[in-house]
Amino acid sequence: MALKGRLRDISLNQLLNLVKLARKTGALTIEGEQGRVELYFKEGKVVHASLNGDGDLARLLLKFGRLQEQQLRAVLQQLSAPDDKELGLRLINAGYVSKNDILRAIRRHTMDVVLTALAWEDGKFHFEPNKAPPPERIVVPINLDSIVREGDQRQKELATLREELPDLNVALRFTENPSTNLSKIKLSRDEWRVISFINPRNTIAQIAKYSGLDEFQIRRIVLKLMRNGLVEVVGRPTGRAPAVSSAAPQGVSTGTGLPAGGGAPSGHRPKAPAVEKSVVRRLIKFIRGL
Amino acid sequence: MQTVKMVVTGPFAAGKTEFIQTISEIAVVSTERQISDFTRTVKSSTTVAMDFGRITVDDDLVLYLFGTPGQKRFDFMWEILAEGMLGFIVLIDSTRSETFREAKQIIDIFRSYSDTPFVVAANKQDLEDAWPPEDIRIVLELEPWVKVLPCVAKDKESVKTVLLELLYTILESYDHN
Ligand SMILES: Nc1nc2c(ncn2[C@@H]2O[C@H](COP(=O)(O)OP(=O)(O)OP(=O)(O)O)[C@@H](O)[C@H]2O)c(=O)[nH]1
Ligand SMILES: [Mg+2]
Repeated sequence: MALKGRLRDISLNQLLNLVKLARKTGALTIEGEQGRVELYFKEGKVVHASLNGDGDLARLLLKFGRLQEQQLRAVLQQLSAPDDKELGLRLINAGYVSKNDILRAIRRHTMDVVLTALAWEDGKFHFEPNKAPPPERIVVPINLDSIVREGDQRQKELATLREELPDLNVALRFTENPSTNLSKIKLSRDEWRVISFINPRNTIAQIAKYSGLDEFQIRRIVLKLMRNGLVEVVGRPTGRAPAVSSAAPQGVSTGTGLPAGGGAPSGHRPKAPAVEKSVVRRLIKFIRGL
Repeated sequence: MQTVKMVVTGPFAAGKTEFIQTISEIAVVSTERQISDFTRTVKSSTTVAMDFGRITVDDDLVLYLFGTPGQKRFDFMWEILAEGMLGFIVLIDSTRSETFREAKQIIDIFRSYSDTPFVVAANKQDLEDAWPPEDIRIVLELEPWVKVLPCVAKDKESVKTVLLELLYTILESYDHN
């Protein structure tokens, strides 16, 4: 017998509480507008999570910057079938990552997925008792308490963030004369990613999508950059095609080049930007005159 | 408005920050690495050192220069930064041959992302024990068509020349495609 329902009726928070108290084992699948989340539990702890079929070790390690794609490709070629445990062992033996890197990446990924789903307001869910995670995955048990607490906090913070930055369909640009002492700003890897996409033709929502950030994360980052005087809102972009040059997204930047569900990485080759020759000439002319 | 991005990379202390600072019209953002105090947050909060500078051509065109973090452990930023770049500059501290091997690795990694045009700048040529550009080319095993340019990152004319040589290389790349 499976537990079924909708998140607007029973929140994920409540469900996690249930899983924890009843020390449940099984799989919770949520299908929302933003995609599909699968959470696997063992005796009340979350042991594996995936968002839209991700969650394979190869992509996690790339995503969290623990591995380079070339290193991964070399090792993947030696595997006869996708198996994260074997992949992990080989990567460790090759000296590319440590066991700790692997555990930490998996744990962070699981927390991210749960927190993403916690922010969903609706979605269909069902819980299948005793369903085990895919055998090729490495399971890392995580206590639900800490995640739920984090989730609570996020909900409250999100309400505040929405007040401060109501519209995500606006674009950003770097401020003319950053007022604050720029050398004091500390940027995280996600913040940096956002910065590299800032362009008056990309909306905040687009930047979030390209950099794989959820609403909570993007709002928090953009507000931090705004408060630091680094960027400002330029309003809704004009009806022109999305920017193709420069800082504009050239594809999904979290793009590890890996197809959904794992497998061998395809070559991730950002194309030379489609900047017109005349633009290069203008740059040359200007720099000559500097 | 159109923005164009170029990346300045190279080993630790090669002069990337200096290079960008010399030509940029805005204060360079240059943050030191620091372990975050946000231990409670789930997302990675590892901070990274980063530089970026800006050159405004006119109301319609802005060039951004992004400097890669020097610390090896921030390699993961490279690919993100490389995305959509018009070209890149590899700075080398010509006085420290112990960094040449790493410089070569950096060049190889950036070239593996895409075949975006690039130039190598043999920096700190004002110092007495600087290796000449042509010798650096040989030890880095660079093909004859790769430009290895003398550079003094503190000197504006020198930085301009390097940028211009990169732009010429970019211009030529249109004819090859
Ligand atoms: N003499 C001389 N010194 C230089 C030159 N370029 C940079 N330096 C000095 O070399 C040192 C390192 O320069 P940075 O610009 O900080 O190097 P970086 O590549 O940004 O270093 P990281 O970001 O730490 O990797 C500084 O003390 C600079 O002043 C140059 O052309 N000539
Ligand atoms: Mg620097």
